[in-house]
Parts: sequence; structure tokens; C-alpha cells
Amino acid sequence: MIDITKTFPGVVANDRVSLTLHKGEVLALLGENGAGKSTLMNMLIGLYQPDSGSIFINGVHRQIHSPQDSMALGIGMIHQEFMLVGNMSVAENIVLGMKDLPFVPPMGEIKKKITALSKRYGLQVYPDKIIHDLSVGEQQRVEILKLLYRGADILILDEPTAVLTPGESRDLNEILKRMLSEGKSAIFITHKMDEVMSFSHTVQVLRRGKSVAVKPTGDIANVQELANMMVGRDVLFSLDRGPYEPGLAMVEVKDLVMLPIGGGKPILDNVSFSVRSGEIFGIAGVAGNGQQQLTEAITGLLHVDGGSIHLGGKNMTNKSPLAIIKGGVSHIPADRGRMGVVGDMSVGENLSMKKYRTAELSHNAVMKKSRIRRFAEDLIERFTIKTPSQDTSVKFLSGGNIQKTILAREIDFCRGILIAVYPSRGLDVGATEAVRQNLIKQRDQGSAVLLVSEELEELLMVADRIAVMFEGRIMDILDANKTTTEELGMLMAGVAREGR
Amino acid sequence: MRTHLQKRDNRSMRMTILVPIISLLVSFLLGALVLLLSKANPLVTYQAMLKGAFGSQTKIQYTIAKAVPLLLCGLAVGVAFRLKFWNIGAEGQYIAGVIGITWVMQFWTFLPVWLLLPIGMVVGVACGALWAAIPGFLKAQWSVDETLTTLMMNYIIIGYAEYLYINAWKAPRGNMGTILYPEAAWLPRIWGRVHAGVYFALALVVVLYFILYKTRWGFELNMIGKNRRAAQCQGVCIKRNIVLGMLLSGAIAGLAGAIDSAAVTHQLTKGVNSGYGFTGIIIAWMSALNPFVSILVALIMAALETGSDALQIMKLPSAMGEVMQGLILIPLLAGSVFIDYRLVSRASHTEATP
Repeated sequence: MIDITKTFPGVVANDRVSLTLHKGEVLALLGENGAGKSTLMNMLIGLYQPDSGSIFINGVHRQIHSPQDSMALGIGMIHQEFMLVGNMSVAENIVLGMKDLPFVPPMGEIKKKITALSKRYGLQVYPDKIIHDLSVGEQQRVEILKLLYRGADILILDEPTAVLTPGESRDLNEILKRMLSEGKSAIFITHKMDEVMSFSHTVQVLRRGKSVAVKPTGDIANVQELANMMVGRDVLFSLDRGPYEPGLAMVEVKDLVMLPIGGGKPILDNVSFSVRSGEIFGIAGVAGNGQQQLTEAITGLLHVDGGSIHLGGKNMTNKSPLAIIKGGVSHIPADRGRMGVVGDMSVGENLSMKKYRTAELSHNAVMKKSRIRRFAEDLIERFTIKTPSQDTSVKFLSGGNIQKTILAREIDFCRGILIAVYPSRGLDVGATEAVRQNLIKQRDQGSAVLLVSEELEELLMVADRIAVMFEGRIMDILDANKTTTEELGMLMAGVAREGR
Repeated sequence: MRTHLQKRDNRSMRMTILVPIISLLVSFLLGALVLLLSKANPLVTYQAMLKGAFGSQTKIQYTIAKAVPLLLCGLAVGVAFRLKFWNIGAEGQYIAGVIGITWVMQFWTFLPVWLLLPIGMVVGVACGALWAAIPGFLKAQWSVDETLTTLMMNYIIIGYAEYLYINAWKAPRGNMGTILYPEAAWLPRIWGRVHAGVYFALALVVVLYFILYKTRWGFELNMIGKNRRAAQCQGVCIKRNIVLGMLLSGAIAGLAGAIDSAAVTHQLTKGVNSGYGFTGIIIAWMSALNPFVSILVALIMAALETGSDALQIMKLPSAMGEVMQGLILIPLLAGSVFIDYRLVSRASHTEATP
């Protein structure tokens, strides 16, 4: 791939990125969320078309218009979310959607071929098993087989180990090695540094859509150097904030355990921490390590299987969301569009979605419409929400203004505890700054703020203390003034601090 | 030149009004095609239908009387649809209402006659509500698909009603149907065929409008319907509201059944599965779940029914009313895409983004 550029409205996702994959090589593609890794790969498999630049496969210039095109060229991708039909068998899933399949597929032959393939690469699966009954690791093997069956030579794996247990990860490593010895190649997207070191031959790092480094893995001294390459060293611009004077513990989480439905490794594994009033407690970690579930447990949206949650001194473990809201908790959820706002309702209605229960906005069961209008008008002005009017449907606003709408509603309602999950995700500089300033303002006014973020810079700039989560556990809790992106990056990758 | 749909920047108000009107016209054109295929003259037929529905004072009265259960069923379905709970069981809930009131009229003879009507109506409403609450509860508790349960429960209660009027509750004379309700317990007529049920229906329109648009609960129902997950994040209890919403929806359908049998049929008999509950789905959808608009749509639907009754006498295809009711929804569903989207030609689009 040479000089690939791809822009989306308002964002340059890839800026003249070149990528070379040799036969028999594993290339680890590294970068923070939003660095442009997925976009680049999606162009390789034909889901997107590059705006400029060209793609050569085996030395031939190719236009890849669809996943069918890329499959024909021997390129296949395994997405983070598996594309399997749960109530069909392994063999059926493997041949599902193949174009040259006869009307009545010769299942006997197909199964034989699958068994042969799985022996060759050490991918143990039983073709007759139903997908539902397989573990996540086994399902991944089915995905790999699916590609091999179709004759893929280049495999793209998007965070393949995110869902695997350490044992399954080791198996995957073995499988990859066998495939390489047969002349196949792989691109491996990951956030975990130690895997990069053990799996790959070459490392390529993307940052903000640009390729910032390509290096043979052997030339990298240690995980530390890798973390530095990924995060980069950016100058932090500081925000005004008051002195750090933490008060009472407002959020106390003790030995919290959450298990996935159907078994597997725990989503939350004995998580304990507390957030005091007047402090911003940051949670760092790569998405999918349990942070979002943790906040949903605290806000009552998810049930926990063990441990306790105290809010403002009261035991609120597994209480209803309403009880927790009434306990004074505000929540800026991870998924703005799906959890934060009702897109088809107006800005004004969305702004009143927390306070409509209070005497300020309703009298008994009846809403005070004119009072609500004044209330919404006031918030739109105070939080500088850009909207044609308060009657405009929220879905027509920009991401930044949708987030400001949520921020306005939650901060206005906030009575001591504010939980913000990825609050600046996908926002431009201005909106991001507004979000961060508001969080700090809440802290200075004595609220306990829990901030979940993927951006280390944000955490270092805003938070007072930072906990790092990895695979459902808290790796460590650090003082934000005394830590560095490098140290956090290591912990995020699951590498414990030296001397422990 | 290829075309494709592009999302509008704003919901088009013009289209919100135009689409139903154009859809209505398109469905009449489609209906004309059907008529031509069955070798009938569309103009003559439509004229006969119009006459049959509004041609005389009596005919207008019939149409209005028919619009009452239709409007109520439309309102009932509308409440559930607001929650995105696909209640297609208003038909069954209506029948539950009829069974409820008939039970009181026939067996609660220890009551003074003047009490039979109010108590019968209350019991009818309760029966409808409970019948609807079952799928509501199943959905809330175990996410059982409501489209299937509400539909299937229609057939259960249709069969049960049949058993009642043919066997268990059959009047001594005749071969089907319960004995008529005591005349003193009938819902009185107010203008020819038009009965006091009109008051109930219109009052309910106002009450429902108030509940849905002015109260906290209405606000919560709206939130749940438009984004269940966000509503949950704001502390709205989804499960409880689904059950409550279905109780209300079923209660209204039950009221429709109780009113129609107290005012028109005066018994439980063949024809209790009138199809009002199914037509209610069309009414709810066409009126965009707005109670006031439902009045107009219910009148159109009633006119189609009374109008096609007139066709029978003239030896014209009398099933035309039902055909039209079915046809109306198709262009509307197809057309409503233009409220949020506009049609753009592919060529001009690619030019815009080189």
C-alpha cells in the first residue's frame, strides 16, 4: 500500500500512509484508538476506497472494490466481532456465502477438507459442532479456518487476543507460526505490547492517521520503547485548576466482580477503588478491558456478581438506575448516540431528561412546558450549544454539540458524583476543551468525578489520580503528577511495574 | 442515471403532511386497477362507495357509529406503538372486552339493571387490559417477541368466544349467540344510529393527548419508544412501562369492545372478530400515533367499510372496502421514507464529492 490517503468529513483518517507486508511475515500495526488502523485495513479488504494512493498485491496494481475482490486476491480479515451464525455448524459457517457452492453442498467432502486443513495448521475444531457451543477461542479458529478454506494468503487480524485467555493466545501464536512457515503472511492489529514483541517480525505505528515508525521487532529494545513509539510525546497544554483538596469518599467500590453470561473470564475481576469529593479519578485502559462495564455497574445499568458499591456512603450495589440517579449521580455515557440522547427528540426535551421528575420542571405528574422551555434556553446559553432552536431534533446536531447537550444536562443535575465515560471521544479540539474544563469545574466545586478515557494525555492533564485497567483488573492506581505516559502505557498493555 | 436516497438535514414538515395525502390518492389508483381487473368500473364503484358512506343522514350515522370502535382500536394500538411495542392483538383485546361485558350482563343479574352497563364496561376494560398485559409481561420479563404473542393470542380468544356463543353461553333459542343484554342496560343512542360511545371516544382522544404529550409518563413512553437504552440510562424503568403501556392499550381496546356490544350488537355472537383491532393498526400508523389525527383516519376507514356495504346491494365487488384498507398502508409505508430522505441522482452526488 503506497501513499494511501483517506478523508472522512472533517477528519483525515489516513494521511499518505504506506505499508509493506512481505511473504511469511507478521506485521504488527500499532496505534491508539482513532489512529487510523481500521480505516487502513478496511481499504485493503475493499470496504472503503482510498481517496488517493495505490495498492499492489504480489507486485500487481489492484483496485479492490469489495471484500469479494480482496478474497479473490487472497486477503481475508478477522474482525473483532466474529461474523458467525450461532445456530449453524462449524462446517456450514465455513462454506456459508461461498459463491461457487453447488445448490446442495457436498457436506461430506467439505468436512473432510476442513479436517485436513485443521490438522495441517493445528487448528483443532470439530466440523459438526454448533457455533453456540464453542468457546470464544474456538470460534476464532473457525474464523481463521474460514479464510484458509477460501485460500487466503494474507490474514488481517483485528485485536485477535482481546477476547482470548492467555492460554488461547499462546495457541493462536502457534497457529500463526505454522501458517507463516507455509508462506502465508499476517497483519496483526493490537494494543498489547508484549504480544507485539512475541508475535511479530515488523512493527508499524500509526498516530493521528500518519505512519510514524516502521521497525523490525528485533531492533526494539524493550516494551518501554514500543510504548513510547505508540503514544508519542506530545506537549501538554495545561488547564487552570484549583488546588487538590480531596474530601470524603463519594464512590467506594469494593471487590467488584462481574461475570460474562455463559461463562468465560470475568469482565470485572475484584475491582476496588474510591473516588473522593474534589478529585478527578481517572481510569485508563484500552477499550474493552472492563471500564465501561464498571461504570454501568456503578450507574445501575448492569448487575454485578460480587462485591459492593457505596455512593455517598450508602450501599447502592445492584440498585436501579433511578435509585442511583436520585442518589445524586450524573452519568455521561460511553455511547453518545445510543445511550446519551434520544436522537428523535428535541434538544429541549433531551436537556430536561434528568430534571423532568423534579418539582422544578413538573407539578406532580404534569410537565411544566413553559418552565422547561426557559430551563432549556438557559442551558443552551450557558453551555454554548450550537443549535438552530431548542425544538431541533438532537440527531441533527454535530457530535460536539450532542456531547455538550449531555454535558449540560448531567452537570446541571450533578449532586456530588459525576461519571464520564470517553467524554471527549471523537470531538474536535474546541469541544474537547469544553468537556475537560467542565469536568475540572465540577471537581473544583467539590464533586467526585470518575473519568474513563483512552487518551493518556487527557488523563494526565485532567485527573488527580489514575487507575489503569487491564482485562477487568485494576493494575495499579497512580498519582497523576508522578506518572508518565510511558508508565501508563505499559500498565495498559498488561505489563506490571518493575519490582512487583 | 442512477438515483439514491440522501438523508435530509431536517425532518421535512411538508412531506409529513403530503405523504399521507398522496398515499391515499395512490391507493385509490391502485384500487382502480384491482377493480379494472375484476371488470368493474372504478368511477362507478367509488361513487357508489361515497354514496354508501355519506349519501344520506342515516348513512352518515352508520359511518360515525362504525368509526367509534375503529377510533378506539386505533388509539389502543397507538399507545403500544408509541413504545415500539408491536401490539397486533387489539383484535383479541377487543374481544376480551366483549366477553367481559357479556359476562356481567348475563350472569351478574343480582345487580340493579342500571348498574349493569357501567360495571359491565369496567369489567370489559379490565378484561382487555389483562389480556394485553400477558404479552406485555412476557416481553418485559423474558423478551418474548410481542408480535407473535399478541397475534397468536387473538386466535386463542376468537376460539374461546366462539365456544362461548355456540356452547357455554348460548341463548336457549337459536343456534348461536348469547341472550340480548337487558334493554335498559344498552348504551343509549344520541342521534339516529350514533350512540353515546362517541362521547367516550372523543373524551379519550383528549385524555390520551394530555397523557402522551403533557405528562411525565407520556414523556417516558416517548423516550422508551425512541431510544430504549437512553431511556434506561435516564432511570426510566423499561419493564414496568411496557407492562403499564400494554395495560392501557388493552384497556382501550377492551373499551372499544364493551362499547360496541353495549351499543350495537347487544350480545356476544358471530362476527365479534370484526377486524376492528386489525384496522386499528392501520389507523394508528396513518395518524402517526397522534390521537387527534386518528379521528379523521378512523372516519375514512369507517367510510370504506360502510361504503362497501352499499356495493353489495348494487352487485359491485363489496370486498373493495377491505381491499382499500389494506392498500392504503402500502404507499404510506413506502412513501414515509421521503419524510427523512430525499431522492438524489447518483451522477450529481459524485460530482459534489470528487
